[in-house]
Amino acid sequence: MPSATLPNPILHRWPRRRFLAALGSAAAWPAAAAEFRVEISGVGATQVPIFVADFRGEDKVKLAAIVRADLQRSGLFRATPADAPMDEGSQLNLADWRARGADAVVAGSVTRLADGRFDVRYRLWDAVRNEQLLGQSKVVLEPDLRLAAHRVADEIHEQLTGERGVYATRIAYVVRVGRRFTLHVTDADGEGGQVAVTSSEPIISPAWSPDGKQLAYVSFESQKAVVWVQDLGSGARRMVANFRGSNSAPAWSPDGRRLAVTLSQDGGSQLFTLPAAGGTPVRLTSSSSIDTEAAYAPNGQHIYFVSDRGGGPQIYRIPASGGAVERITFDGSYNISPAISPDGRLLAYVSRRSGAFKVMTMELAGGTPQALTDTQDDESPGFAPNGRLLVYATRLQGSDVLMTTTLDGRIKTRLLSSGADVREPAWGPFGR
Amino acid sequence: MTPTPRTAWKLALPMAALMVALAGCESTKLPEMSAAPVETRTPGAGTTGGAGTTGAGTAGTAQSSVATVDLAKGGAAGTAMMAAPSQRIVYFDFDSYAIKDEFKGIIDGHARALAATRDKRMVVEGHTDERGGREYNLALGQKRAEAVVRSLELLGVGGQQLEAVSFGEERPAVQGSDETAWARNRRAELKDR
Repeated sequence: MPSATLPNPILHRWPRRRFLAALGSAAAWPAAAAEFRVEISGVGATQVPIFVADFRGEDKVKLAAIVRADLQRSGLFRATPADAPMDEGSQLNLADWRARGADAVVAGSVTRLADGRFDVRYRLWDAVRNEQLLGQSKVVLEPDLRLAAHRVADEIHEQLTGERGVYATRIAYVVRVGRRFTLHVTDADGEGGQVAVTSSEPIISPAWSPDGKQLAYVSFESQKAVVWVQDLGSGARRMVANFRGSNSAPAWSPDGRRLAVTLSQDGGSQLFTLPAAGGTPVRLTSSSSIDTEAAYAPNGQHIYFVSDRGGGPQIYRIPASGGAVERITFDGSYNISPAISPDGRLLAYVSRRSGAFKVMTMELAGGTPQALTDTQDDESPGFAPNGRLLVYATRLQGSDVLMTTTLDGRIKTRLLSSGADVREPAWGPFGR
Repeated sequence: MTPTPRTAWKLALPMAALMVALAGCESTKLPEMSAAPVETRTPGAGTTGGAGTTGAGTAGTAQSSVATVDLAKGGAAGTAMMAAPSQRIVYFDFDSYAIKDEFKGIIDGHARALAATRDKRMVVEGHTDERGGREYNLALGQKRAEAVVRSLELLGVGGQQLEAVSFGEERPAVQGSDETAWARNRRAELKDR
């Protein structure tokens, strides 16, 4: 990520560093069953050196290690453990820390309360300006300790860069092992994975409700494509589109009230919208071609979609309440899977180029498409809720894998998973 | 509306506090460090975050919990269907929905059986090879299934006897990433209901 786009002087103070330093410290991370591992390509990444001491009282959940790994994964920080025990109450000699190369220092603690919950406390100091930046206490249930650590990382990230972090967000994706399909929900670091659905039939196209509490997805459990919505906390699920033919490609309206779906009930694959609670679909497009893969613009005014009305598949948009269709992509003969950045300015999609399928981005105001990857089988790009990263699926060494990339393509992470095919990623919203 | 660093700085604390409060996670600002150490106090268990019913501390449910639904339990149609015999499969050329002459006999046979028995029903499943996007392939498979259904209807089968559905690239007949495998996967299967 070019440092010029980062408004904070803390980042600008730092001389350009060789990315090898980051790789060196990445190699020291503990291995885990599933986690996003950084693969930095390109040089000149500016990284804030930050020391994060192990939290006093941390036990099974290594809060400080989670905070360090989060910050490191963004590519914006070089996070190091502190070698001396300390907590949020310690009196730091910031000049000493500065002399040791620290730009910022974090220390904290976790304490079990009488009611069984945990009090997570931390402080963030600016070693250059010699002042305290943040001091927070969070009281959480034990299963939310990882979440608390991610929120600490988010707050540090925002304090030091001026942008919201996405460490406390979640990613949904589908895992296939043989004929077993599971819809997983993990923290954005790929850990803390939980299973929302398991089935012996395929599951595709998960889509998060804007409040982060429900997932819409397509399941083939009844021997055809049906759109379901599932509450993640309770597991309660409902069929929202089970009409004649195929029902697929759910997309939530930004207010969470409606779903855009692709239905073939009238013949052909056409776009409809219906209430998220279920109800009568309203037809949105009327063509004799394929219209599918709806994606709402963040302001809710337009729906972007894929249509082959011009021959091959291209990306178009239509007002969300219906109206004139406008073509968006012209470059290439096969452009699918649109995603719109949270600020509404950038389109991410998949384009076939010389037989390879590549994640591309394009400024909607008019710009040249940019390829972000060097892989050949990219699918399903989606934006992180802060708009700074994309998650996508691709193939590496014969396996389906998930990757994230910065918008300049320079810093990538790969979800490490053992042996299984992982696909169909969807990055959840800020809330949960 | 990118805030300047200094304003972002000032906004960050109240915003972060608001965000966390909305998310139902209790978060309080620690007092500024001074000569005195941080006061150790236990925030009240009843402090509300103003969140929904699943917020931590209100209903006692962790925000990170995801309930697992196992569709293989409880009798959902989870087992594989019998492999369709070859006279129930129509193969297609790349990027094509046209029914080739060599498969017209198969369709004629099914049309006669369906027309003779009006309460007999059939589902036609469209499939594609693995290349391209899953949702777009689902729509392509649907187009193949609908092409077969249209041929059957032209031969006198009632529309209510037929349903065209698609599996896209999700249920390949043959594993593999070469033209031989792809050709076996670009198909429509005719299945009795």
